Amino acid sequence: MSLHTISLFVENHSGALSRIAGLFSSRGYNISSIACGITENPTISHLTIVVSGDANILEQVVKQLNRLIDVIKVKDFHNEPVIDRELMLTNIHTTKGSRQEILTLINTFNGKIASASSSSIIVEMSGTSSTIDNFITLVRPYGIKELIRSGKIAMAEAKN
Amino acid sequence: MKMTGAQIVVDALIQEKVDLIFGYPGGVVIPIFDALYGAKKVKVILTRHEQAAAHAADGYARATGKVGVCLSTSGPGATNLVTGIAAAYLDSIPVVAITGQVSTPILGTDAFQEADMVGISRPITKHNFLVKTIKELPCTIKKAFYIAGTGRPGPVLIDIPMDISKATLAHYEYPKEVIIRSYKPNIVGHPQQIKRAASLIKGAKRPVIFAGGGIIISGAHNELLELAEKTNIPVTTTLMGLGGFPGTHRLFLGMPGMHGTKAANYTLHNSDLIISIGVRFDDRVTGDVNNFAPYAKIIHMDIDPAAISKIIKVDIPVVGDAKNILTQLNKIIEPGDYAAWNRQVSKWKGRALFSYPKSKEEIKPQAVVEAIYKETKGEAVIATEVGQNQMWAAHYYRYTKPRTLLSSGGLGAMGYGMPAAMGAALGLNKPVIDIAGDGSIQMNIQELATISLNNIPVKVVILNNGYLGMVRQWQELFYNKRYSSTCLMEDNTCGECKEPEKCRKKYVPDFIALAKSYNIPAFRAEKPSEMLPVLRKGLKIEGPAIMEFIVSREENVFPMVPAGKSLDQIMEEK
Ligand SMILES: Cc1cc2nc3c(=O)[nH]c(=O)nc-3n(C[C@H](O)[C@H](O)[C@H](O)COP(=O)(O)OP(=O)(O)OC[C@H]3O[C@@H](n4cnc5c(N)ncnc54)[C@H](O)[C@@H]3O)c2cc1C
Ligand SMILES: Cc1ncc(C[n+]2csc(CCOP(=O)(O)OP(=O)(O)O)c2C)c(N)n1
Repeated sequence: MSLHTISLFVENHSGALSRIAGLFSSRGYNISSIACGITENPTISHLTIVVSGDANILEQVVKQLNRLIDVIKVKDFHNEPVIDRELMLTNIHTTKGSRQEILTLINTFNGKIASASSSSIIVEMSGTSSTIDNFITLVRPYGIKELIRSGKIAMAEAKN
Repeated sequence: MKMTGAQIVVDALIQEKVDLIFGYPGGVVIPIFDALYGAKKVKVILTRHEQAAAHAADGYARATGKVGVCLSTSGPGATNLVTGIAAAYLDSIPVVAITGQVSTPILGTDAFQEADMVGISRPITKHNFLVKTIKELPCTIKKAFYIAGTGRPGPVLIDIPMDISKATLAHYEYPKEVIIRSYKPNIVGHPQQIKRAASLIKGAKRPVIFAGGGIIISGAHNELLELAEKTNIPVTTTLMGLGGFPGTHRLFLGMPGMHGTKAANYTLHNSDLIISIGVRFDDRVTGDVNNFAPYAKIIHMDIDPAAISKIIKVDIPVVGDAKNILTQLNKIIEPGDYAAWNRQVSKWKGRALFSYPKSKEEIKPQAVVEAIYKETKGEAVIATEVGQNQMWAAHYYRYTKPRTLLSSGGLGAMGYGMPAAMGAALGLNKPVIDIAGDGSIQMNIQELATISLNNIPVKVVILNNGYLGMVRQWQELFYNKRYSSTCLMEDNTCGECKEPEKCRKKYVPDFIALAKSYNIPAFRAEKPSEMLPVLRKGLKIEGPAIMEFIVSREENVFPMVPAGKSLDQIMEEK
């Protein structure tokens, strides 16, 4: 089992997403994250799917994804240098005593304060999945009220 | 031109040269049926169940090579199509299924007779469409036919809401062509890969050609024959490939797999090169995949890149249409020296590919199929149901031409044969024989009405063993002969059955009386001496006929490779 980041360009219309998801679920694979949005061409959407599974089976799934009429291009970024980012929003519990420490952490991780009250701060942060994992580990002791992640989006590194 | 959605559907069918569709009406498709009423160029055959409409469209497609079409209402009508669509999907058969849907404003509200057909059919269609505006209707139908019939064919479903059928399009024109940017089947095989294949073939010592449904779909039977004869390499074809290579040819080994011949299975198992063409390495064929052809390199020619190395790792893939690839290959191929190998293969072949114990007391099901082969001089089109009847139809009839065996291989849908025969007989305008088990035939028996009223020349041969024979065979061989729910004569007075041989219970239904009630001529043979006369009578009649053969009850299909075993572990008749 290994973690794969699969990038798909697909027709931007209803039904495409369920067809794609169906190919994973029929194998009993759980998609760990999926991020979807439109591209520079409004008729084309882009999806980044993160899934863990057997490499041979995933190679097969990628071929089957390619076969879907709605899928324009697929790529498995396994073992390839990519730029990847995730967005996180989290609501952290604060007290008078902890507030300053939390603000310092947010600052170190280049996070932004999206909203704040006297007892909590909502942080917005983007970065690689592992940076975000690190941040979460550090703030968890203060009390996380709510946390959501966008799922990863990825692109091959710029080439000459 | 100004047209309603329903009229557009009918005109599109005409533009696609569809002269015949199979359907069943209901609330939301009344507008479409209304537009079909009196349409001169498209005939509608009203089946008695939507499942049969889907199988009939499939049988029509398999027999003619054209796209088959079925039409149903929303909800229950559409869900009844599901088995038929799945059968077409697993065997890569081009079918366009048109389903009515509730009107767009109430979609997704659990409206009366609403079923999410795009959702339900997603995993069993090559593609599907929900038509949301009348503007997109013409182009959607064009795309559906294009997708169904090209590349690796398959069923495509078009779900048309009622308000779309009733809406009017001011300027209708059926598109001449469609371009789908994400769908471009690769037809032409890569010359470099073909060269590599040719050199592997020349260097091989123990090669075998393993061909399947792709040969039939591609129409590559002549090219396959040329390859085999030029190289003198023996040929085995899957169930789906039967007829793609002449069953009477000296190089033919019969079918491989679970119920394949000894010759085909030993040859595959011991070969050093398998030239596979349009096959998908189904588990019925490979047996234990880890032990499949342990000494062989594998060349795989297939139009679907996703079929390559799906089950078995392939050494030389060639993606493209079989006919195109074989035409290229035949130009450069040079045979190697396979004389010693061919001597070995002939030893495995022996005198006959299949044999069964003869009997003077009972009619043997195999004998019936053999007799059909002789009586029709091997020129009939045969449909089958599923089970033992299907395997005997594969073993004892020798198919020499493509599209002459119509059988649900991938899904194995009981109830397929009779409606498929119906579709094929109408498409070909000639008789089609359905070789059936007494269990399967009851799954779509209602179609006797369709056959009778339309005088469709379907000849139903029922091999009546009083059992769900194929399952009973497994129970006999692997479950200690515990015939749980497989005896079709079991009634509420039966206890645990100790001596099935001695059972004298009456069979229901009486197929002869049933056929009479549908106004179809029917004949029964109970003794070997009655077999030929009944067969001749039934085949001679113009139009439909039913021939019932009371066959030996516990006959088994042999040879057999038990599930999960490798191809050299063959069980034969004791
Ligand atoms: C009770 C029962 C028992 C069975 N026992 C056996 C058995 O013993 N032996 C056996 O063989 N089968 C058996 N079957 C059938 C089996 O389940 C499969 O349906 C069958 O083996 C598949 O055949 P195939 O590999 O030729 O593939 P098909 O399903 O016919 O697929 C066709 C292949 O060709 C490719 N293709 C399509 N178009 C083209 C083209 N233009 N050019 C090139 N390639 C193309 C497709 O991509 C696909 O890979 C049995 C079925 C049942 C119900
Ligand atoms: C719709 C469906 N239900 C169940 C099965 C499982 N099944 C496979 S073969 C078989 C028995 C078929 O019996 P019959 O039609 O009498 O044919 P026989 O094997 O006796 O020739 C059954 C139940 C199936 N293939 N299809």
